[in-house]
Amino acid sequence: MSEGNGNNVGGVTSKAHSPVPNEELGTSGKMAKLRIFRGDAEGGDEVEYEIPLVEGMVVLDAVLAIQAQQAPDLAVRWNCKAAHCGSCSAEINGRPKLLCKTRIEEYDGGEIHVGPMRAFPVIKDLVSDVSWNYEVSKGIKPFQTSEQAPFTMYEEDVERLYEPKRCIECFMCQDVCHVLRTHHKHPEFAGPRFFVRNQWLEMHPMDEADRLADLKEDNGLGFCNITKCCTEVCPVDIHITDNSIIPLKERVADEYYDPAKWLMRKIRGR
Amino acid sequence: MELQKDGHREAYEAREHDVLIIGAGGAGLRAAVAAAEHGLSVGIVTKSLLGKAHTVMAEGGIAASVGNVDPDDSWRQHFIDTMRSGKFLNNWRMVETFTKEAPDRVYELEQWGALFNRTPEGKISQRPFGGHTYRRLCHVGDRTGLELIRTMQEKVLATDAKVYMETTVTKLFKKEGRVVGALAYTRESGKFVHFKAKAVVMATGGWGRIFKVTSNSWEGTGDGVVLGYDAGAELVDMEMMQFHPTGMVWPPGVRGLLVTEGVRGEGGLLRNSEGVRYMENYDPEKMELSTRDVVARANYTEVQEGRGSEHGGVYLDITHLGYEGIMKKLPTMYEQFLKLADIDISREPMEVFPTVHYTMGGIKIDPESAASSVPGLFAAGEVAGGLHGANRLGGNSLSDLLVFGRRAGEGAAAYIEESVHSTEIDEGEVLHEIGRVLEPLEKKEEGESPYLIQQELQETMMEHANLMRDGDSLKEGLGKILALKDRLPQVSVPGSRLFNPGWHTAQDVRYLVQISEIIIRTALERKERRGAQWRLDFDGPDEELGRINFIVKKDEQGEVGIERREIPPMPEHLASLVEEAKAKA
Repeated sequence: MSEGNGNNVGGVTSKAHSPVPNEELGTSGKMAKLRIFRGDAEGGDEVEYEIPLVEGMVVLDAVLAIQAQQAPDLAVRWNCKAAHCGSCSAEINGRPKLLCKTRIEEYDGGEIHVGPMRAFPVIKDLVSDVSWNYEVSKGIKPFQTSEQAPFTMYEEDVERLYEPKRCIECFMCQDVCHVLRTHHKHPEFAGPRFFVRNQWLEMHPMDEADRLADLKEDNGLGFCNITKCCTEVCPVDIHITDNSIIPLKERVADEYYDPAKWLMRKIRGR
Repeated sequence: MELQKDGHREAYEAREHDVLIIGAGGAGLRAAVAAAEHGLSVGIVTKSLLGKAHTVMAEGGIAASVGNVDPDDSWRQHFIDTMRSGKFLNNWRMVETFTKEAPDRVYELEQWGALFNRTPEGKISQRPFGGHTYRRLCHVGDRTGLELIRTMQEKVLATDAKVYMETTVTKLFKKEGRVVGALAYTRESGKFVHFKAKAVVMATGGWGRIFKVTSNSWEGTGDGVVLGYDAGAELVDMEMMQFHPTGMVWPPGVRGLLVTEGVRGEGGLLRNSEGVRYMENYDPEKMELSTRDVVARANYTEVQEGRGSEHGGVYLDITHLGYEGIMKKLPTMYEQFLKLADIDISREPMEVFPTVHYTMGGIKIDPESAASSVPGLFAAGEVAGGLHGANRLGGNSLSDLLVFGRRAGEGAAAYIEESVHSTEIDEGEVLHEIGRVLEPLEKKEEGESPYLIQQELQETMMEHANLMRDGDSLKEGLGKILALKDRLPQVSVPGSRLFNPGWHTAQDVRYLVQISEIIIRTALERKERRGAQWRLDFDGPDEELGRINFIVKKDEQGEVGIERREIPPMPEHLASLVEEAKAKA
């Protein structure tokens, strides 16, 4: 076993563990230019920053480099830097994007404007107040079953749940949805993210709760006119409109607009 | 509440809970559920938004001997595997409890709505992982951590627990020897909150951010371990840092990003630049599925000896699974490499190299109640030490969160039930701490940049406390860390208190420096090669050191006190398991 008998005692041996050398940091000789919103709830302006372009750089790398070297109080939200956590949602050139997954090169030398998500109140710079989403989440009936785990469920029973379960709660679908962004239906309309959550709950083979009345009344499912903006921005490719919203709309329609069911409700008084 | 401070009025808010939980990853949330079930008032503080904690990054799965695909599996075998991987430095009672309870915690997740991949019989599917004798990791693709945290988050939202998002704790308050609360500030506004609590559960995770190349997010600054240390709690096994064998190496921005062990679990092969499957030289029996300490050193050694890839890594190849197979089992990895590195992993190998991933050591806890050595302070998850010994097995961290998260919540509830104590403290203490936290913002002259100190510290740790260590280099590193410690009082930051990352970093660097000092000092003490601690200036494991843990406690002068503590002998029923396993091997 040749394990650990190398000659470079204690030192850093691989360039993968050494500081990135300057020649690699600035190989292209090009600069990345970003216009970043600096301001708060009261308002603000874009400020232009320039940093050396590093190969493979994502917008979050650039923002963090600016923060460390030029603007220590530049506010940005991030965590995993691997597109798994959904923290670094912001708007680039007016479109919601995960900053950690968007390469500078995608803009091909064109202008890059970075700002906060605008469907929510701005706190500072690139950070918006997304706490409303957690309020909505709290209002949704949680998973409920009288069965005792471990459950017997087959792959074919649960396959369709994997997609909505992928959601990383970046809230970009909420940001782009015109019901929220333009019409500000925040109290009456739960937004695409929460139809995704309702979808897996409603389709889980063991779940016994009924959320159709809530979807119709409290979550304002009817406000959605299926323009698919949410699906387009989803970073984990959930087909929100086709696979979450439309099936839920169908279930609500079956429940409330089916004449036979309507009659039964009249008779039962509920 | 308002108090006079240096001529201006400094306001802060007071909040009261029975149990204050610091950290909202898997352990904190599970503790919250346990405490809330006792009807207690629970407050949860998290530095990020809910659901973004590092638990979300766990990919491969959750280890539990449910025996769905290998019916011969048992808690006993899981016990042996875990002890072996930890090189018997583990607290054996924690390991026993953990391996016995892990299956219940997995079923509980399913009961609460978590969804795992299924076997053809309709049970939870399990995959192989390094160092586990049987296929033991319950999983859903390569996003098991997301499933765990979302399930726990939704469970917590259905309780009365109050969540304080984007809030940082800076100090624990004590009264008559007990922990009775904490000072925190809201990151958004910079406003201070004095939390009064009868018990505190520390669940802040690890401290990978003391290294430059790490899979950890910005949050992994070890706040909890230093808060506990400052409050007088004992720490254990602090020299043990886990380097995950496979982190990304290229491009520079993604260095250190995790490549799940699931890739090797699904048959991924490691090769060097000569195309050789070199693991046969390091562990011919387990090959790529050897324990993380062994695989990480193998990868490191191959590069060191000149058989590395273009960017200083080794090759990890999963192309034989094909596009369809990869999209079913490792979709997140496919996306990660394609988007961030322009690599299609169904067609070409990945370049990987060890990345700092996990901290085995931490606050020493009682295996039954998760109580620390300070009354009123409990700890669970990565911030706690003892379960993993000298090296953690993949998949054991997720079950750790739930087993000891629950025990910490229960432990806190039992503690509160049997002790009536006041949580009131002298307001001067609150004010003094607020003053300390505000210092970097109030300096008139320009001082040290916290970002620069953080960067220098990370580079120092990479150079002197990497996965191969030696005495002289460690001593040199210690000198550099102590020099950084001397510079801390000069840290200053511009801007206001409103969501100011520079100010937040000024808080973090204090933790980073203190932990680095502790790690280097304990690494100097453990003069042997064992698990994650690999001293090149010593030949192998030392039998005597194999029977002790290094316990760290702040001494009366405020310096790092280190004690060698004997590991108590195993009781007969566990010792015989180990003996049987030895006889079989």
